[in-house]
Amino acid sequence: MNDPSGAAQASAPPGAQRKPASPWQLAWVFNRLALQGFGGVLPVAQRELVEREQWLSRDEFLALVSLGQVLPGPNIVNMAFIFGQQHFGVRGALAALAGLMVAPLMVVMALAVLFREFGTQPQVAGALRGMGVVAAGLIVSTACKLGGTLRHNVLGLPTAAALVGATFACVGLLRWPLVGVVSVLGPLGLALAWRQLGERVQAPRS
Amino acid sequence: MSPWTHGLSATELWALFGHFTMLSLLAVGGAITTVSDMQRFVVGERGWLTDAQFTGSVALAQAAPGPNVLFVAVVGWNAGGVWGVVAALAGSLAPSCAVALAAGRSRERHRDSRFVRAFTAGLAPLTLGLLVATAWVLLEPVRDERRSMLVAACLVAGSVAWMLRTRRSPLWAVATGALVGAAGWLG
Repeated sequence: MNDPSGAAQASAPPGAQRKPASPWQLAWVFNRLALQGFGGVLPVAQRELVEREQWLSRDEFLALVSLGQVLPGPNIVNMAFIFGQQHFGVRGALAALAGLMVAPLMVVMALAVLFREFGTQPQVAGALRGMGVVAAGLIVSTACKLGGTLRHNVLGLPTAAALVGATFACVGLLRWPLVGVVSVLGPLGLALAWRQLGERVQAPRS
Repeated sequence: MSPWTHGLSATELWALFGHFTMLSLLAVGGAITTVSDMQRFVVGERGWLTDAQFTGSVALAQAAPGPNVLFVAVVGWNAGGVWGVVAALAGSLAPSCAVALAAGRSRERHRDSRFVRAFTAGLAPLTLGLLVATAWVLLEPVRDERRSMLVAACLVAGSVAWMLRTRRSPLWAVATGALVGAAGWLG
C-alpha cells in the first residue's frame, strides 16, 4: 500500500516537467538553495525548484508552501520534508532535510562565534539591516510571481485578492496573533473554495 | 565552562528539549512565531541567556543563509553548548516533521479529493498575504526615518526587478544590501 512513487506518477500533474533523480540530488539541490537563502529560503526555493530544476509548477509550489504554512513547525522545513517524502519516501524526506540544514548550521555556528567579536561594530549592524531590507524585496518578488496563479484559482480573482489583503492587514498591519488569523481566514477560504468546487462539477483543475 | 554543555545539567537540557518540543507543535505559521515565548522561557524563567544575547541570536540567524529556524540552534548554543544545540534543534524539528510526514502522505493519497483541492485553493491567498506581511515586518527597522525609508524603497524595488527580470542568483542583491547598509545609508 505504501508506494509513493507509483501513486505520484499515476497522477503526475501538468507542469511538473522533471523529477529528482536520487535522494543525493535532492539533498544537493536543497543544500544549494539553503546556502543562498539569506533572511528566508522561500524566494530561492521558488527560483531553484520551479524555475531552475522545474520539479514543481508554480501552482504546486504554492500548494506545498501553503501546506507547510498551516502545519506546525518551520514552513520551509515542512515543505522540504513533504517534497522529499513524495519522491523517495522517508529516505527522501531525511535527504531534503539534511540538505537544507547541515551546511547552514555550520555557517550559523561559525558566525555565532565571530559575532561575539565583531557584533557591536556599526558597519556590521548596518550590513545586517541592509540584508534584511533586501530579504523583504526578495519576498515581495516571490509574492509577485506566485500571485499570478490566483488568476485561475477557483475562488475567482476578486475573492482571492480580498483574502490576500485581509491576511496582510491582520498579520502585517494590525499584528494580530497568527494562530487566530489563520484559524478564521483559513476555514473561510476553504469553505468558499469547497462551494465553488461543488458548483463546477468535475472541472479538473490542479 | 565546557563548550559541550556550558554548565547546564542533564535535567536542564531535557527541560530545554521539552519546552522546544512543545513550541514546535504550537509553531503554526513558522518557527519565528514562537520567538516571544522562547524568550520568556530561556531568558525570563531560566536565565540561561541575557536579553541582548537572545536578540543577537535571532538577528544573527536571520542574516545567515538557511532556514530561519536555525536561530533555535544559536539560542541552544548560547544556553547549553553543543548539547544545547542538539536538544534545541531536535526538540524543534522532530515533532513537526512527524506531523508533516503524516500530512504529506494523506495529501498524496487524496490529492484529487474535493477537500484537498478546496484546501489548496482556499489557502493559497492566505499564504500570499502572509508573505507580504513578512516583508512588511522585515522592513520595520528602517521605517521610522525618512532617508532610510527612501533608500530601503529603492533596495526593495531593485531586488524585485532583479528577481523578476534576471535569472541570476539573489546573492548579488543580498550583497548589495549589505554594502549599502554597511555604508550607513539605512539609519
